[in-house]
Amino acid sequence: MTVMVLLPLGLAALALLVWWVLQRRAGLLRAVRPGEATVQGVTLGAQRTLVQFSSAACSPCRQAVRVFTQALAGADGVVHVELDAAEHLDQVRRLGVVRTPTTFVLDAAGRTIGRISGVPTPEQAATAGGLR
Amino acid sequence: MTDAEAQPARGIDPRGPRVGAGITAVLLAVVLALGPGTTATVLLAVIAALFAVGSVRGAQGSVQGLVFRSLVRPRLAPPAELEDPRPPRFAQTVGLVITGVGVLLAVVWTPVAAIVAAALAFVAAFLNAAVGFCLGCELYLLIRRVLPAR
Repeated sequence: MTVMVLLPLGLAALALLVWWVLQRRAGLLRAVRPGEATVQGVTLGAQRTLVQFSSAACSPCRQAVRVFTQALAGADGVVHVELDAAEHLDQVRRLGVVRTPTTFVLDAAGRTIGRISGVPTPEQAATAGGLR
Repeated sequence: MTDAEAQPARGIDPRGPRVGAGITAVLLAVVLALGPGTTATVLLAVIAALFAVGSVRGAQGSVQGLVFRSLVRPRLAPPAELEDPRPPRFAQTVGLVITGVGVLLAVVWTPVAAIVAAALAFVAAFLNAAVGFCLGCELYLLIRRVLPAR
């Protein structure tokens, strides 16, 4: 039994390590490959459009909406749109969305210039909105 | 999603599910420490039953939720904000599936299955309690892609 007690401790340490590594990637604005599929069916902002795919059972999605709303407050021409992933499964599959929230950053012409997986920091949200 | 859909009927204290996950993680750690055997399988079955209660009544209605409300919350300041109860409730269902399958396989196949299931559930519960990681949130979309809503 003594050896087995180490099992939950080891798992806890390993889990924290993996989580920490993944967490560093969250919120980062990742440039897209040329020719990556575009997001369709949204009304574009004058300068940038942030399209966030969310799910019903998704606490991080609510957090991301709050972060984006605060970061983009008063920014003319930058629009944040939230789409229910379950209602847009065709786009979800085409764009390779595997988790929510995933937010696509579109330029004025509607071209995808980046994507953010997870909840961004206020600074990352402002960068996505082209505000810094 | 419309604003009407996004607004929960009532919010819950977001610390409740995390404290509940911590209690569950401790129980699962005991299962792991026991090693494969009847005692571990029985304890895992008890944990699965707790998840079943939470799946039906939501995390706030689970036994762990009751412990939080009666023992922990009175000692805390009111929550800064409330959260939608649906994601924690879905997480209870995920826990039920993992532990339920573990108990089933332990009975019909090998007791080691209960340890494997407990390990998976422990990692999810521990991360939820420690850092607020939401495994259910990660799985929800993947499941939806395979099983569109009726």
